[in-house]
Amino acid sequence: MTYRKTYRTLLAAASMLMVVQTAPVQADEFSDEDLARWQQEYLSVVGQGDKLFHGGLSSKNTVSCDQCHPNAANTHPETYPKFQRQLGRVVALWEMINWCIQNPLESELLAADDPRMIALQAYIVEERRGAVLEPGKH
Amino acid sequence: MHDNSRRKFLKQGGALLAAGTLSISVVELAFGKGSEDRFTFAYISDSHITQIKGNRFVRNWDRGLIRAVAEANLLDPRPDFVFYGGDIAQLGKPEEIDHGLEMLAGLRGKVHYVMGEHDYYLDLGDYWRKQLGPDHYSFDHKGVHFVVLNSILTHENWMHRKWDSGMDRMKQMARLDNPNGQPFMVGDTQRDWLKKDLEKVSKNTPIVVFSHSPLQKIYKGWNFWTDDAEQVQALLKPFDKVTVLYGHVHQIQTNQIGNISFQSAMATAWPWPYPATYKQQASYMPKLTVDMNRADPFFERDATGWQFIDVHSGRVDVNYLLPDNTNRTVAFDEKAGHPVDTKYQAEVNRIPPQKHY
Repeated sequence: MTYRKTYRTLLAAASMLMVVQTAPVQADEFSDEDLARWQQEYLSVVGQGDKLFHGGLSSKNTVSCDQCHPNAANTHPETYPKFQRQLGRVVALWEMINWCIQNPLESELLAADDPRMIALQAYIVEERRGAVLEPGKH
Repeated sequence: MHDNSRRKFLKQGGALLAAGTLSISVVELAFGKGSEDRFTFAYISDSHITQIKGNRFVRNWDRGLIRAVAEANLLDPRPDFVFYGGDIAQLGKPEEIDHGLEMLAGLRGKVHYVMGEHDYYLDLGDYWRKQLGPDHYSFDHKGVHFVVLNSILTHENWMHRKWDSGMDRMKQMARLDNPNGQPFMVGDTQRDWLKKDLEKVSKNTPIVVFSHSPLQKIYKGWNFWTDDAEQVQALLKPFDKVTVLYGHVHQIQTNQIGNISFQSAMATAWPWPYPATYKQQASYMPKLTVDMNRADPFFERDATGWQFIDVHSGRVDVNYLLPDNTNRTVAFDEKAGHPVDTKYQAEVNRIPPQKHY
């Protein structure tokens, strides 16, 4: 009884799918709405990073990232992870960001998964879009 | 004579370097009437003194200026005077200007000042002028006509629009990569003044112009740019020997446009990347520029410094002594007709720029 009911439901669903599949589109293709929303989500985090980079970090000595890196220039995110000779080990971009936060900004470190750290990386990489990935490059 | 003298300066520069890792840029300006007419001056720029709160200031920027002042005081023979190229302060606050001037008061000898945008946009230069006098002026020294311009003005309607506060306006202008940034300009009033000022000067008198922004167009996105540069250049065109020295860009730049040589100053505070390192926009760095190496962020004085200038035969030679890199000299080459890096000018002779990050 229950099995039959389920079977009928499945049949009905299958016939509906058949109708959809008459269009030459894959069932799991992303819709334009999806893409637009994801892009918007991404860009809103880039926007947050932009603000943090330009004085939004509540830096203890008022120094901000953009003072030395206008448009995030000379941050070269495409070369990370790499051996940072001054630190003596392989580091990811977020660790170099923390180095800057701790030294020129004289402020407190951010956790790797702090949304502000994610946003800073999003902004930096967005400004460097199109650069060839060269991990480890010196 | 000229070569001997330069060697002497360089030797002394080298001795200074050996004494401690000094960052000196030497500028030579000579006009060929004999050794008694040669003279030198020091050139310090872009200290961006920043108040944190009360009597606390950003240590890093303070150290840069303190070091430049200490080194300039060691120059031997003594420079005739010192030029300060603008941006004493970061946000134009009286506390910042005063703190900067207090450090600069340690300099031996007369100091001439140029207005920078970081000194100006809080109160449209009122406090700076109260402390230091007019923002554009000229004077003659040993046969050379010196001109100082305030090149960081912008559109009147932007400067005088209804701002919430002067600080609001300052912060807009203080952000180098501001997408809503305003272009710098000398403006009609000063160009009229300059025209009149130059009328009394003979065409074979060497002219040295000081501005904060480059009086040429390099990259608008970061205001390495002066909007009425061509109009200012046109006023300087009738003269045989013209040099424009500017700050603002925090890096070595070299150019020649017609009869006008352009040389920039390093900052005492921090270095800037060259505009070409920004992937999303094109820029127009003069080809004569031999790029500085990329600064090592772990050595906070790297690629910062100051310069001293030797004046001879109406030309300006700049020697840049870099603390963590090979020293540089950019001198006017009579044969080539423009300033050249004396060691690295030809592509094949250039040391490969330091690419490592």
